[in-house]
Amino acid sequence: MIKREIPNKVLILGSGALQIGQAGEFDYSGSQAIKALKEDGITSVLINPNIATIQTSENFADKVYFVPITNLFIEKVIAKEKPDSILLQFGGQTALNAGVELYEKGLLEKYNIKVLGTPVETIQATEDRLLFSEMCSEIGLKVARSKTAKTIDEAESAAKEIGFPVMLRIAYALGGLGSGIVNNVEELKERAAKAFKFTNQILIEESLHGWKEVEYEIVRDKFDNCITICSMENIDPMGIHTGDSVVIAPVQTLTAKENFMLRSIGIKLIRHLGVVGECNIQYALDPDSNDYRIIEVNARLSRSSALASKATGYPLAFIATKLALGYALNEIENNITQETSACFEPALDYVALKFPRWDLQKFQQVSTKLCSEMKSVGEVMALGRSFEEVLQKSLRMLDVGLNGFTCNNLTFEELDKELAEPTDKRILAIAEAIRRGYSIDRIFELTKITRWFLYKMKNIVDTENKISSLTLEDIDYELMLEAKQNGFSDKQIAVLTNSNEADVRKHRKGLNIVPCVKQIDTLAAEFPAQTNYLYLTYHGEENDIELKQQEQIVVLGSGPYRIGSSVEFDWCCVTAVNAVNKCGYKSIMINCNPETVSTDYDICDKLYFEELTFERILDIYDKENLSGVIVSMGGQVPNNLAVKLHDAGIKIIGTSPKQIDNAESRHKFSKILDKLGIDQPEWNEVTTLEAAKEFAAKIGYPLLIRPSYVLSGAAMSIVLSDEELEIYLKKATELNKEHPVVISKFITDAKEIEVDAVANNGELFCYAIAEHVENAGVHSGDATIVLPPQRTYLETMRRVKLITKQIARELEISGPFNMQFIAKDNDVKVIECNLRASRSFPFVSKTLKINFIDIATHLMLGKSVAKIDKSSFDLDYVGVKASQFSFTRLKGSDPVTGVEMSSTGEVACLGDDFNEAFLKSVLSTGQKIPKKGVLLSTGTPKNKAELLEDLFTLKEMGLKFYGTKGTADYYKLTGIDVEVLYRPFDNKEPAILTYLADGKIDMVINIPKSSEKVELDSDYIIRRKAVDLNIPLFTNVQATKRFIKALAQYKPEQLPVKSWDEYQ
Amino acid sequence: MNNKVKAKLVLEDGTEFTGYSFGYAGSTNGEVVFNTSMVGYPETLTDPSYSGQILVCTYPLIGNYGVPSKEKENGLLKNFESDAIHCRALIVTNYSEEYSHWSAVRSLSDWLIEEKIPAITGIDTRMLTRKLREKGTMLGKIIINEEEEDNDLFSNQVNFDDPNKTDLVSEVSIKEPVEYPAGKKEIVLVDCGTKNNIIRAFLGRNITVIRVPYDYDFLNIKADGFLISNGPGDPKMNKITIENVKRLLSLNKPVLGICLGSQILALAAGADTYKLKYGHRGLNQPCNEMGTRRSFITSQNHGYAVRSETLPQDWREWFVNDNDGTNEGLLHISKPFFAAQFHPEASPGPDDSEFIFDMFVRAMSPTLTLPKGEGNIKKEFGVK
Repeated sequence: MIKREIPNKVLILGSGALQIGQAGEFDYSGSQAIKALKEDGITSVLINPNIATIQTSENFADKVYFVPITNLFIEKVIAKEKPDSILLQFGGQTALNAGVELYEKGLLEKYNIKVLGTPVETIQATEDRLLFSEMCSEIGLKVARSKTAKTIDEAESAAKEIGFPVMLRIAYALGGLGSGIVNNVEELKERAAKAFKFTNQILIEESLHGWKEVEYEIVRDKFDNCITICSMENIDPMGIHTGDSVVIAPVQTLTAKENFMLRSIGIKLIRHLGVVGECNIQYALDPDSNDYRIIEVNARLSRSSALASKATGYPLAFIATKLALGYALNEIENNITQETSACFEPALDYVALKFPRWDLQKFQQVSTKLCSEMKSVGEVMALGRSFEEVLQKSLRMLDVGLNGFTCNNLTFEELDKELAEPTDKRILAIAEAIRRGYSIDRIFELTKITRWFLYKMKNIVDTENKISSLTLEDIDYELMLEAKQNGFSDKQIAVLTNSNEADVRKHRKGLNIVPCVKQIDTLAAEFPAQTNYLYLTYHGEENDIELKQQEQIVVLGSGPYRIGSSVEFDWCCVTAVNAVNKCGYKSIMINCNPETVSTDYDICDKLYFEELTFERILDIYDKENLSGVIVSMGGQVPNNLAVKLHDAGIKIIGTSPKQIDNAESRHKFSKILDKLGIDQPEWNEVTTLEAAKEFAAKIGYPLLIRPSYVLSGAAMSIVLSDEELEIYLKKATELNKEHPVVISKFITDAKEIEVDAVANNGELFCYAIAEHVENAGVHSGDATIVLPPQRTYLETMRRVKLITKQIARELEISGPFNMQFIAKDNDVKVIECNLRASRSFPFVSKTLKINFIDIATHLMLGKSVAKIDKSSFDLDYVGVKASQFSFTRLKGSDPVTGVEMSSTGEVACLGDDFNEAFLKSVLSTGQKIPKKGVLLSTGTPKNKAELLEDLFTLKEMGLKFYGTKGTADYYKLTGIDVEVLYRPFDNKEPAILTYLADGKIDMVINIPKSSEKVELDSDYIIRRKAVDLNIPLFTNVQATKRFIKALAQYKPEQLPVKSWDEYQ
Repeated sequence: MNNKVKAKLVLEDGTEFTGYSFGYAGSTNGEVVFNTSMVGYPETLTDPSYSGQILVCTYPLIGNYGVPSKEKENGLLKNFESDAIHCRALIVTNYSEEYSHWSAVRSLSDWLIEEKIPAITGIDTRMLTRKLREKGTMLGKIIINEEEEDNDLFSNQVNFDDPNKTDLVSEVSIKEPVEYPAGKKEIVLVDCGTKNNIIRAFLGRNITVIRVPYDYDFLNIKADGFLISNGPGDPKMNKITIENVKRLLSLNKPVLGICLGSQILALAAGADTYKLKYGHRGLNQPCNEMGTRRSFITSQNHGYAVRSETLPQDWREWFVNDNDGTNEGLLHISKPFFAAQFHPEASPGPDDSEFIFDMFVRAMSPTLTLPKGEGNIKKEFGVK
């Protein structure tokens, strides 16, 4: 045996809050890394302020620090914990950047810390474009040629050297503004002239437009063994960020020659770079020859590696950790087969398709065009044994109301444009084009999507055509099988034959057509596998595993991450699954999100990587002997299925579906509140504009409008006048014809309070009351939440608790639930009640150190849980949860918060007092401390006055103030000097935009005058510019005040660093 | 395939799998084997080692990128591993009727029909593979469009027939020697069913290849090295070749065996071979190099293996399969004899082990050639 130097204590950097481009996949990679360290008896210390992650749960890392992943805090943790080694590859770009900075500042050397796995020099070489292309050239590998130009002449000569067509890019452009393909000198001159108006430097790049985009996941050990785990082909060709592309594994349209050429190139480069562990390499491949370009190498675990792990069953993050520790690949066992070696390249006997989930409609003014910058917030993965099957499955998994590739009620006005200029709807535009009779060649010309994929899509439409001319009874065995093999759901068939889902199911089962269960075993059945990683397909005749075991309980997962539902629910699901096992049952997980820990094969007894649809759950129910289904852990998706599943005879564990419906239905819930004498904001349900206006006249503006059955405030809005009401209703009634619109009184200057609780047969068992920092009007998912409340009256708390008890009893709640209240003075009104776990369950569970989900699951399964000592709720410290926004990524979006949720993630930190916890969590979301100047645009006179004392604090800190003349005049009288700058439309210097760009301003306080009005005014431009330049932006009065107050008390250097277990 | 033609695979244990024909409309029989590769059907189908076999693809989507042209280079088909399809039939889950690739000139279906090879799509090949894995390789027969014919009569036309009992190598080997000129140095390639890429590997290294039939008496050819190629069937069937190789070993000239060639070399050296339960066929087989920390991903296609414990003195296991511990390569401790059970020429597959050709070529350089009869001088490529 070769001796390994096994470390004693390893520091792992997490990735912080979820944001676009860096989401749940790093919870997966970090938690696998911790497991791998544990197996070797190594102590682990984790820094990650993302409190909702599984990796920060008890029984994972030995020490957890909920602090910002910045050098300041990392160094404090290092000084305290004295780790001997560090892992940088498991926390995304955040961890990688932090690690490189630690290295460059000499901190790793100072504390004598060894970087495990890929050396920092290698990371630097992959991060620096120039250095990277040099390293590729050194060994004769090709990268896309690129040149910078500062004048039109330079651009011309660069373009001639590279050869037309070229890609013209503006360095540091707003929203890819002005970038594009240029075919000849004339076009180039014209475009370049335009571009130089915005910028002083442009990039001329070789055009790879229409080239195939393919990726490989590669692992290498320190003995130079190097293998590729998974190949992936983007269905969308070059030009769309791979995170926004539809991706299939393995590659489909490459010959063996091409495939193994790219594999060899990858291995050659990875050896040259010296990666030890895991990495991802992306290529562009000419669709008309063997020519290729290397696009980039990510020398860390990535979104693609998480996808590859789930697509193949090969635990990449776990193996990467072992390799970083010095293992050879062939020393590690393949955990899936428990028989063969980890040193092999998985052979798939199925295909895995990833489809991105976008939530662009939640943002105002955002561009829906897909480009080289990622915009999606989540993804799904479908497994099956034909392309048609996985494509249709994936579209349903997205949970955006699609029935599949076809049978959606969509219209496209400019179809050619939809095809040529991709948006989040392009794939559906292809379906429409095929239906309208476009030839595959024409669609190819417009989209550049490899024809093979288009032919396969056409197969789906062909089947649709066959079915749509028939009645259900006329569908014979062959056609039914074809339809199911091509991914049609019973619902789609029902739509096409004018029948209903239940009848289709009955007819289908009558024809003896049911899906079968297959295993993901990493080696195409070559060896027996012990795996519990499963999917369903209609391309098969045999189930791989023994079904109908006793005492099996299903936990339904949360589906794709999206705004309003992400890693928090995954934490709830994983915790529930563990609890199910602790209660002596076998656990089954159903989920379709490859970014999650819940879909790790070692989490549950059986994992069905499947659609969270009624049909699919019923299929699994038919196959397995289920003792029941838990619908309360995965957020709104499973919650919405509760009634339907119950009606189909499936036992729902926990609160009864009837009560879930009582809470979800506004009418029923309101009646219950009335009956109990619990106050609620006045509301009405209307179906016509007249009725809405009448109600408005009665109770007065502002009003809050929303449709029923929503999560994260989709399509919610505050309106201030009849005119706005009219505009909104026209939008919303088109949005959803089936459901009427609910209008309620919007209470201003009120506080919002949340309760997360668990009840047992109607008796409140445990609860946590938390308050929002921001006043009501900011979506609870965007608000900053404090536990325990700092500013809520005792009487209010008492009333909140009483109401919670009453509701629990009335709805006979068994399990987790969440309530939202609005409080003004001591007046408390209920605004919402969800009979399921909420986003904040991990936060309250970890802050209180009482695992609400574990308790809830035990109670739901009828196990007794020891009464919790009241003192446990009495904390000597404070937890603050803050939201992470991704406005920078969403070009053009207006970075303000409102009743629509727009944050993509969250962090939470603990502190000995509010200010400490608050400041840490704000810093964890990437905000920086202002040191130079503050731009003031403080809204209404009321807001201006409210902020006054805090501005004095900033003044004492030596900060300068800038603002418009109006602002300056206002504050002059109060003794605050504001330097006058011109607004964007004034076109005069000194201008706000110039000062922002020049870095003279490092904090922007911009309080919108109306929280809802869509206006392309100068305020919007300023906010947008601040976000684009990464300047901290504050748009909420309360949050701004608390931030400044916290700053007055603490300098970041003074903030203490304590591990989670030190808070007692 | 507007008119779907039903087709059936019948295994010797009586199991039947029904799908649709997408190849030649004729019935056949053979030994049913599965291959786990996800790409490379044009190369795999033309690999002569599949002679006599019904090939099952575990990867479901086949035919995606069509079939390339029959362009020739150095007298060899550039895009294929031999001049014809060698397996007797092809079984897949989901054949792609439409294909797209710049190098494709026709569909897989058209090619199969031209080469008179039956093929079935719509089969649960995972189920079939699991069966073969559990019960071992089985004989099978393919019956196309049974309903059209008189039932009993038709199925009786085809019998189960074990191809390993026939001399498969003689069917796939060339009949007369062929020379592929490339450089001064020459090797003799004993063609037991060679893949073109073995020849290309030497031409690319400027070495002339003299390809001779499997039963050719090659000992009087003055070559710098000898290569025993891959090929189909039971190695013990190749009595003449084994005898020739026995004599070859006394010359102390560099000898390389690949796949079947490795087994023949072992038999010639006095070791034994045996049939594996279901063989290794795929592009992802890890092979550890003994005495090192190195492992290589290899392309494989073999149903037999060398029984390593029967290796005579002075022979060592060079590679061992990291999955099941079976022998994957041999090495003589003092003489320039070595063998790989896998395919260093890849095609299709990873080129991780291509260095074996470099070692072989190095062994042919004059400074390393041993004087006749001399024994135990340690060699650079020999002892670790």
